[in-house]
Amino acid sequence: MNKVIANNDVNVFDVEKIRLDFPILSIKVHGKPLCYLDNAATTQKPKVVIDKLVEYYTSMNANIHRGVHYLSELSTKAFEDSRIKIKNFLNASSEREIIFTKGTTDSINLVASSFGRGKLKDGDEIIITGMEHHSNIVPWQLVAKEKKIKIRVVPITDTGEIVLEEFEKLINEKTKLVSVVYVSNSLGTVNPVEDIIKIAHKHNIPVLLDGAQAVQHLNVDVQKLDCDFLALSGHKIYGPTGIGILYGKEKLLNELPPYQGGGDMISKVTFEETTFNSLPYKFEAGTSNIADAIALGTAIDYFSAIGIDAIAKHEGELLDYATEKLSGLKEVRIIGNAKRKSSVLSFVIENIHPHDVGTFLDFEGVAIRTGHHCTQPVMDRYNIPATSRASFAMYNTKEEVDILVGGVKKIIEVFK
Amino acid sequence: MDTELRELYQQVILDHNKSPRNFKKLENANHTAEGYNPLCGDKINLYLVIEDNVVKDVSFQGSGCAISKASASLMSSIVKGKTKEEAEQIFVKFHDLVTGKLTDEAAIEELGKLAVFAGVRDFPARVKCASLAWHTLISALKDEQNVVSTEE
Ligand SMILES: Cc1ncc(COP(=O)(O)O)c(C=O)c1O
Repeated sequence: MNKVIANNDVNVFDVEKIRLDFPILSIKVHGKPLCYLDNAATTQKPKVVIDKLVEYYTSMNANIHRGVHYLSELSTKAFEDSRIKIKNFLNASSEREIIFTKGTTDSINLVASSFGRGKLKDGDEIIITGMEHHSNIVPWQLVAKEKKIKIRVVPITDTGEIVLEEFEKLINEKTKLVSVVYVSNSLGTVNPVEDIIKIAHKHNIPVLLDGAQAVQHLNVDVQKLDCDFLALSGHKIYGPTGIGILYGKEKLLNELPPYQGGGDMISKVTFEETTFNSLPYKFEAGTSNIADAIALGTAIDYFSAIGIDAIAKHEGELLDYATEKLSGLKEVRIIGNAKRKSSVLSFVIENIHPHDVGTFLDFEGVAIRTGHHCTQPVMDRYNIPATSRASFAMYNTKEEVDILVGGVKKIIEVFK
Repeated sequence: MDTELRELYQQVILDHNKSPRNFKKLENANHTAEGYNPLCGDKINLYLVIEDNVVKDVSFQGSGCAISKASASLMSSIVKGKTKEEAEQIFVKFHDLVTGKLTDEAAIEELGKLAVFAGVRDFPARVKCASLAWHTLISALKDEQNVVSTEE
């Protein structure tokens, strides 16, 4: 933490100082310094987060909301403090609107299940976009199998954007929910969610945002956005795996049936009947992932101390720099050329399959993702089997972009 | 280039990737199969003409990484003229080669050109790329007519 505070004191964004906070960044891969550009898959963890996990298991571990003993009170307080940190981070109006989940996928499944059972009936429709991650497609298909609901898809343009008029055209009196990705993990597109929400609300339709790639790159204020749900993954914002958040408006959450049944989510159980606990516990059945929830709070503290504005500026410069360098190579084609993009750079190289690119770059110490990025419909849209994707985080540097571009040049040479 | 990497991407492999042999559709095929690797999206359509238990002609189409394309290309050249049983035996040896089970130098040499795939054993994630064409071949020999997936 000291380093972060020092950073803040002088009020400059010092990437070299930040890098020192992440122990893994100093390892070597195939004899080369690690150049980690797979941040859209998961981010690395600062030492404060790793330390928090150790501290929790070393000196706090106990189940929460159950014991009257010292440790249980300690862990309950840390757990609930973390919820408040996340509430503040998203600017939710109450911590009752912050539900701990396993991650974005779990959060969307929660809404699909509870909203599906509570609010959808045969013939209803929901709207998604052509650039959704599989986790915002498949849960709705599962609902559609049980109830005859229709999933409508907003098409994407050649540049990787959605056209608002096309979206509005899909709305009708049967539309019950709009569920869209805020930032695309395969194209980098930042969708015009402010407008989408305004349009949907004009028709009284709630909106779920898949914020998995948004909260670590943009300033997300759920009240200002006025979204009805927002899903996020802790591991993509420098926190641990296995923990995520579902934000939901209190009124709407109160109207929905629980997701899973079990301990913690009840207030009174007999064999005949159960009264459910109040928010957010109604949606947190069973023992939560306490340690990771607490460490997520630490990650949010770390992130906020550096500040979203400085982070977004730095990542924006990296994206521009990498885009310029890679577009300069005539064999390279960038997939996703939206006007507003964030931190994700997908590309294909003429006559070289992304898998070969991935293997080559690995030997340069460069970690990128290759494949369909859990967005097969996007690959089909551009008629490509896969892309190579570099994605940036606050600790990446221009030198790392140069290493990436150097590796790409090398493979083009070898495959000539 | 790193030695391990050069072992994987041997010149023969790069060459077959760039100009794959038998890369077309056989209109008179009497055995066909489709192979698919859902993890990376590699796809192959295999066409065989089998007469009197012998593979008279082979061709393939599809898309994939250099390893999978070169493997399909070399496989197509090698099984031409072989009986079904001979082709199956080569596959078993090839599979042992890429998974690192076949280490005997003489046995590897017997595989002829296929020996260039020995480097794959150091890249467990790429074994499926190298073996997709062969799995598809086995399916086509049996003419199961279904899509072969590397994910059982
Ligand atoms: C846009 C988007 N949505 C959803 C997910 C799923 O996140 P998780 O696997 O953490 O549940 C991801 C992660 O890859 C993503 O990028």
